[in-house]
Amino acid sequence: MPIPDTIPLLNIPWEDALFVVLATLMLVAAILVVTLRDIIRCALALIACFAALAGLYVLLGAPLVAGAQVLVYIGAIAVLILFAVMLTQAKAAPARLVFQTQAIPAAIAAVVLAVLIGLAAVATDWGELGRRVATGTDALAALLFSDYVLPFEIVSVLLLLAVIGGVYLARRGDER
Amino acid sequence: MTLQSLDAYLVLAGALFAVGSFGFLARRNAISMLMSIELMLNAVNLAILAFGAFVPGLAGHASAIALFVIAVAAAEATVGLGIVIAIYRNRRTPLVDEYDAMRE
Repeated sequence: MPIPDTIPLLNIPWEDALFVVLATLMLVAAILVVTLRDIIRCALALIACFAALAGLYVLLGAPLVAGAQVLVYIGAIAVLILFAVMLTQAKAAPARLVFQTQAIPAAIAAVVLAVLIGLAAVATDWGELGRRVATGTDALAALLFSDYVLPFEIVSVLLLLAVIGGVYLARRGDER
Repeated sequence: MTLQSLDAYLVLAGALFAVGSFGFLARRNAISMLMSIELMLNAVNLAILAFGAFVPGLAGHASAIALFVIAVAAAEATVGLGIVIAIYRNRRTPLVDEYDAMRE
């Protein structure tokens, strides 16, 4: 039996409901990331934020990017951050003050920034917009290995350099 | 009438970017600052994918660029956390306002 286009009884399209839920989840998680006191909880909220973003990417018709988001951000970066938290926060108790002294000016600046970006996005005429289109993985692969093959190779070298650099920076130096 | 439009996604991306910039400016912990940078990178990615989904002819390009952004963000996180761990080994604190060796 096919799923109906709209939620029964409420007459709201499924995609709109999903968008509202995912957007709210993502913003709440992001605000928790920057305000929570315990940094481990910040990292866990960050994972929730990344997961909601992956859902939004699916809604935007980019399932491969959503998969990469889950694999790279939740699978690699979040775990890396959790390990770094455990390595650096072990001894010190949670810091008394979470925020710098300039937290209030920073909050004002962030609100102004959000309002400015929102106004600019709404006020700009983006030309004729199409219906949302999904990107097939095969089309993306063809593009990635034709038009974008040079950036692709450069990114592979960059990742290798970053791994070597990270190991070099974080290794326990023998001479020290 | 659908709620989903380019404007809705761009406003959402702008809000996420602002939250990330607040975290970067206001938090004392170096790892919190790195997390805020990840939030900002994700906001940019969301905007790129929104353009790709709604502007005709950009769909594949937006996905390709978003994949590059994710790869570069992974490299950035590796090096950034390596630097934080290296500084922590010397200074014994993850709080950035106590990194004052260059002030004297």
